[in-house]
Amino acid sequence: MHDETMNVHLKVWRQAGPESEGRFESYSAEVNPHMSFLEMLDVVNEDLIKKGEMPIEFDSDCREGICGTCGCVVNGQAHGLERGTTVCQLHMRSFRDGETIVIEPWRAEAFPVIRDLVVDRGAFDRIIAAGGYVSVNTGPKPDANAVKIGKDLSDRAFDAAACIGCGACVAACPNASASLFTGAKVTQLALMPQGAPERGRRVRAMVDQMDAEGFGNCSNIGECEAACPKEISLDNIATMKREYLRAMFTDH
Amino acid sequence: MTTLDSRVPEGPLAEKWSKRLHDMKLVAPNNKRKRKVIVVGTGLAGASAAASLGELGYQVDAFCITDSPRRAHSIAAQGGINAAKNYPNDGDSVWRLFYDTIKGGDFRSREANVHRLAEVSTAIIDQAVAQGVPFAREYGGELANRSFGGAQVSRTFYARGQTGQQLLLGAYQALMRQVDNKTVTMFPRREMLDLVVIDGKARGIITRNLVTGELERHQADAVVLCTGGYGRVYFLSTNAFNSNGTAAWRCYKRGAHFANPCYVQIHPTCIPQSGDYQSKLTLMSESLRNDGRVWVPKEKADVKKPANEIPEERRDYYLERKYPSFGNLVPRDVASRNAKYVCDEGRGVGATGRAVYLDFRDAIKNQGRDTIADKYGNLFHMYEKITGENPYEVPMRIYPAVHYTMGGLWVDYELMSTIPGLFVAGEANFSDHGANRLGASALMQGLADGYFVVPFSVGNYLAQNKVEAISTDHADFKRTEDEVTAHLQKMLDVGAKGNRTVIEIYRDLGEIMYDQVGMSRTPEGLKEAITKIKKLQNDFWTDVKIPGSGDEFNKMLEVAGRLADFLELAELMARDALHRNESCGGHFREDHQTPEGEARRDDENFCYVAAWAFKEAGEPELIKEPLEFENVELSTRSYK
Repeated sequence: MHDETMNVHLKVWRQAGPESEGRFESYSAEVNPHMSFLEMLDVVNEDLIKKGEMPIEFDSDCREGICGTCGCVVNGQAHGLERGTTVCQLHMRSFRDGETIVIEPWRAEAFPVIRDLVVDRGAFDRIIAAGGYVSVNTGPKPDANAVKIGKDLSDRAFDAAACIGCGACVAACPNASASLFTGAKVTQLALMPQGAPERGRRVRAMVDQMDAEGFGNCSNIGECEAACPKEISLDNIATMKREYLRAMFTDH
Repeated sequence: MTTLDSRVPEGPLAEKWSKRLHDMKLVAPNNKRKRKVIVVGTGLAGASAAASLGELGYQVDAFCITDSPRRAHSIAAQGGINAAKNYPNDGDSVWRLFYDTIKGGDFRSREANVHRLAEVSTAIIDQAVAQGVPFAREYGGELANRSFGGAQVSRTFYARGQTGQQLLLGAYQALMRQVDNKTVTMFPRREMLDLVVIDGKARGIITRNLVTGELERHQADAVVLCTGGYGRVYFLSTNAFNSNGTAAWRCYKRGAHFANPCYVQIHPTCIPQSGDYQSKLTLMSESLRNDGRVWVPKEKADVKKPANEIPEERRDYYLERKYPSFGNLVPRDVASRNAKYVCDEGRGVGATGRAVYLDFRDAIKNQGRDTIADKYGNLFHMYEKITGENPYEVPMRIYPAVHYTMGGLWVDYELMSTIPGLFVAGEANFSDHGANRLGASALMQGLADGYFVVPFSVGNYLAQNKVEAISTDHADFKRTEDEVTAHLQKMLDVGAKGNRTVIEIYRDLGEIMYDQVGMSRTPEGLKEAITKIKKLQNDFWTDVKIPGSGDEFNKMLEVAGRLADFLELAELMARDALHRNESCGGHFREDHQTPEGEARRDDENFCYVAAWAFKEAGEPELIKEPLEFENVELSTRSYK
């Protein structure tokens, strides 16, 4: 079955817990180019377990690029070099035989390391809890077609809503800013008429929470957009800033 | 003999749900604040239930195994969500959605539940739109609909190929709003490892904190289980890495009956396994079969040759040959089964020999490359990304994969299990899809249960069951936690000395399940599977190798625990499949087919729900809930 193989050398960040000192460990693996990057780590882990060593801990779930659970920095790039791709959809064929691959967790003050490549992204949930929703309860609602929403507008809202909350934008940003994540949700809900009544309150609450979590400020570098596996546009940050200013002056 | 009371209201089908709503007891607003509900799982069913219960004023504790409630596997659903809105004016109605769902389920579901599902379907769309879910729209600003999975009406709402994601984020945002309102407390990275039953009622759960490894006790007046399906019992499936059956299985072992475990849906168009390192299978939209032609070489000798070098006369377009009128568009189960047969004959292609070709050569020749790119460009791109092959130049390789489980914990009309106070919603219950689920109906059921059934039925239960607040120091909490500790310790003790990794044993289980408890089953194969599964249970409990300890972040220990439960569930699935001497929906028995190879149902003897009750000693007890069809006539399908 293994008609093709390649060898890779890994330098992986190992850290036992949030308070522990971390370090790089080196591993070598013979892999199949059709493996995904995470399957390569699975294979390395099987080998470590058989040798009685602790496997490399990393988060993953759907393994098809939509749940946002996985993510690590590969050769200095969040989710690796391939554009528009999560690390679970990255394949070993995009690496060279004999290549050394450096693997690190997301690095940001607001994303403390739990173990090895696993980080705590609870700050994202708290930003959404601060206002990333339309305040409606479950219950009888007007017919879904009662309010018409133009296709262009709806498509733009969808583009923003496609964010998977993986945190690559934060990891890629030299300031560890969460502006792309926050901006995407602000934009989606500001564009839709359903979100209009509370757009001012929403943007202020979400931005304030983002600051309180210890994320840095946005200085328009654009690394976030380049790293985003869903190619969420930088325009969302501009919209968020505009919405925030608007809220400051209009008070709603 | 034990019987099951489904508590379906009397009266005409279309009035049952409103009648029940009128009859339900209510909890006064000031009392709601004093009542606590646990919701386990935050997919479509769990997030919508937890948010709605929180809005009503109950204290809710919500749990998920992932780092955030937004990660639940509902997020990966692509196609869409059905609702009987009849916006296209093409003749759809609540009745028609009800009928299609009953028929699609091969007449193995409960009429009253399915009718309620169809009734509330329209409110789901209104709710999601009010939340700001960006559904696809027409230029005029109205919602777009499409026909899905062979339905004769266009009743499917969608958000590009990410409908599950957008609906889940809508429910997740509603949930986080309640977290902000302090009605819901969210517990991420927690795995439910047991149910605490006190005086016969569900009163709490034992969870493991997946970061620290600590066991925790949580008490409540009722527990709502929304933990999804058990497709990962096959190891390779389209389900997510962390999807598992543990919470449901532990409830089964505490007295909740497990219904129809053998009903599994296998999707025919997945990207095949490329090697034994494979961790999951990726689904591709079934729409590909509209233009792709399915074939394998006629002769075994050709299977390793490049596809394009095999001349036309040496190809076997087996679906077109066997089903001349439907051809490549036969239903999911027929397409899946036939792929297995040709691979079993040794005519499968690809590195593993478990794949068939899906060829677009003729479609590109007839319609032009641009037309095909317009229709399937994104799917071709996805295929190329995963396999490294260009489907415009060489045929795709596809193979069936487990996708959804229709079976689950038995629930009554109000979604309560056989343990009072334990409710089960979404894929985790057995209730609405019978022996087979229609496309775009999983999202509908998850949200119907969570938004529009659970909030009422839990209230009705609480109003009639005034339980005393309980301390987690209660003897039953301690006993249950001790049992969980002992189970974990036993696993770790074996794990410290064993030789076979969790994944090695898991893979073996998957192979047995695909081969003998999968898309085509025989009595001999099922009996053999039970023997093999029992041996594998023994292998696990004597020779599994688990790294690390229980008091730390330890993903492999989590997987080991889930596998231990799957090894037991697998046996029950085989047992259920063996007892059901008929073919229906996703359950195909080779000894129950027509001369044309079609599934043959036995309505005389098997028109019932098979609910299995756990027995501490001996074999599980089969309890039958007869299915009565008062409103539809049982019919048989034909695809020749």
